[in-house]
Amino acid sequence: MLEILQYEFMRNALMASVLVSIACGVVGTYVVVKRIVFISGGIAHAAFGGIGLGYLLGVSPILTAIPFSLVSAVAIGVLGHRERISEDTSIGILWAMGMALGIIFIGLAPGYAPDLLSYLFGNILTVPVTDLYMMLALDIVILGTVAVFYQDFLAISFDEEFATVSGAPSRALYMLLLCLVALSVVVLIRVVGVILVVALLTMPAAISRQFTSRLDRLMALSVLVGMVLTVAGLWLSFVLDLASGATIVMVLGTAFLLTSSLHRPSTA
Amino acid sequence: MAEARCLQAHPVTVMVEEKVIVRLDGVDVSFGGSQVLEGVTIDIHENDYIAVLGPNGGGKSTLLKVILGLIPPDAGTVEVFGTSPEEGRRRIGYLPQYARFDREFPITVNEVVLMGRYRGPFSGYTTMDRQKVTKALDTVEMSEYGDRQIGALSGGQLQRVLLARALAREPELLLLDEPMASIDPDMQRSFYELMAELRDRMAVVMVTHDIGVMSEEVVEVACLNRKLFHHGDAEGGAEGLEAAYACPIQLIDHGHPHRVLRRH
Repeated sequence: MLEILQYEFMRNALMASVLVSIACGVVGTYVVVKRIVFISGGIAHAAFGGIGLGYLLGVSPILTAIPFSLVSAVAIGVLGHRERISEDTSIGILWAMGMALGIIFIGLAPGYAPDLLSYLFGNILTVPVTDLYMMLALDIVILGTVAVFYQDFLAISFDEEFATVSGAPSRALYMLLLCLVALSVVVLIRVVGVILVVALLTMPAAISRQFTSRLDRLMALSVLVGMVLTVAGLWLSFVLDLASGATIVMVLGTAFLLTSSLHRPSTA
Repeated sequence: MAEARCLQAHPVTVMVEEKVIVRLDGVDVSFGGSQVLEGVTIDIHENDYIAVLGPNGGGKSTLLKVILGLIPPDAGTVEVFGTSPEEGRRRIGYLPQYARFDREFPITVNEVVLMGRYRGPFSGYTTMDRQKVTKALDTVEMSEYGDRQIGALSGGQLQRVLLARALAREPELLLLDEPMASIDPDMQRSFYELMAELRDRMAVVMVTHDIGVMSEEVVEVACLNRKLFHHGDAEGGAEGLEAAYACPIQLIDHGHPHRVLRRH
């Protein structure tokens, strides 16, 4: 296993696994306990519009994906709170519009769109060093925000109504949480692509949830589980010569199915 | 009963007994074109113990949420502790409907009750907050369960924990939404005993669709079915309650503590 570390792309891929696991362990915990999996999926797909914009402007698609996914996160939050539009509907609309915009932008961009597939399905083996730094910076922003707002996010996740009555700016906190989801999506895009982002945001937390009943421990365990399983997936994809993003998702999914069938969730 | 206890418990505060803490005047609320509350006018006084009765869908929970500022009324005014609901609600302890809770949520009893001390972002919890949590858990006799995950509790135990969360705020008004749902009769009795104790320290407004569980301690009854049919002293008597329940509604008498106090 160690010989694969002699390749620089492999070292980068390992770094990427670690950085991805931090984002999806921490934010994924909220995604799972607050049941915003499909909102996160919507944000991820909408982020594809930002990737297309990057191609069109000739800049790093990851760079343009940041504002794009942040805007779509806020838009889903705002639309979803309107009385006449259900959150479900607003997710569907932004999900499709983001993807459509991405396709239009890419069509307008001159020439051929290189490694477009890696943004859709991820390719952890091609993550450039500059993107690693960006992922590190986003991880720091995510960790810092969660450290500051831990109790607040816990309050609105458990009982938003009671939190509001107690003085929590619930709408603003919810938006902030969605923005953290948006940033995690950006961190994850390089590794699993917009289509598979939801897998990494949910599965480490869903697996870990069966083994702990404390939110802080759930986060820590999710990060750990994410690291072990993404690296395992990465290794497996290298050995079997399979698509890395998809292999990582399959490893996570299999681990979830195994743990949930073997382990009766204890409430104690 | 209630009479005697009131007088003993508040020998000095008799004068402020009549102080209005919540005032609703002509409150209308509708959701998607259907009227849920219509012209609801009610005063809640310090030390009131009111049961709001009415059928499911009669607007009982909505009434509580209007008082809490969670639902802005279409018409009418709401005043809570002399100010807006958004300001005044900090002095209210709220027990929401039990059915809403995700029992699998990874959170311990202590953490849930600590939320009763939540003040807003950047304020954190202090040692004093944690002491109040211990005290609140003591009051509901759940101190031994502090480290348990909420999924490990029975329905009645979780209900007590949620009550402790409301009490940890040290509220002046307690709003209880269907507190008796999903707890067994034994637990209901001890819940009422607890209420009887608390009622000396704060006003209590309890919403229920099940008349059978109404406590003898309840001093006033309000019947709500879109409109507030009556609000006044309670008088036990199955007949009157049945009539009330059928809505249109009458009021039932059950002792007159407020009248007694008014004379002072």
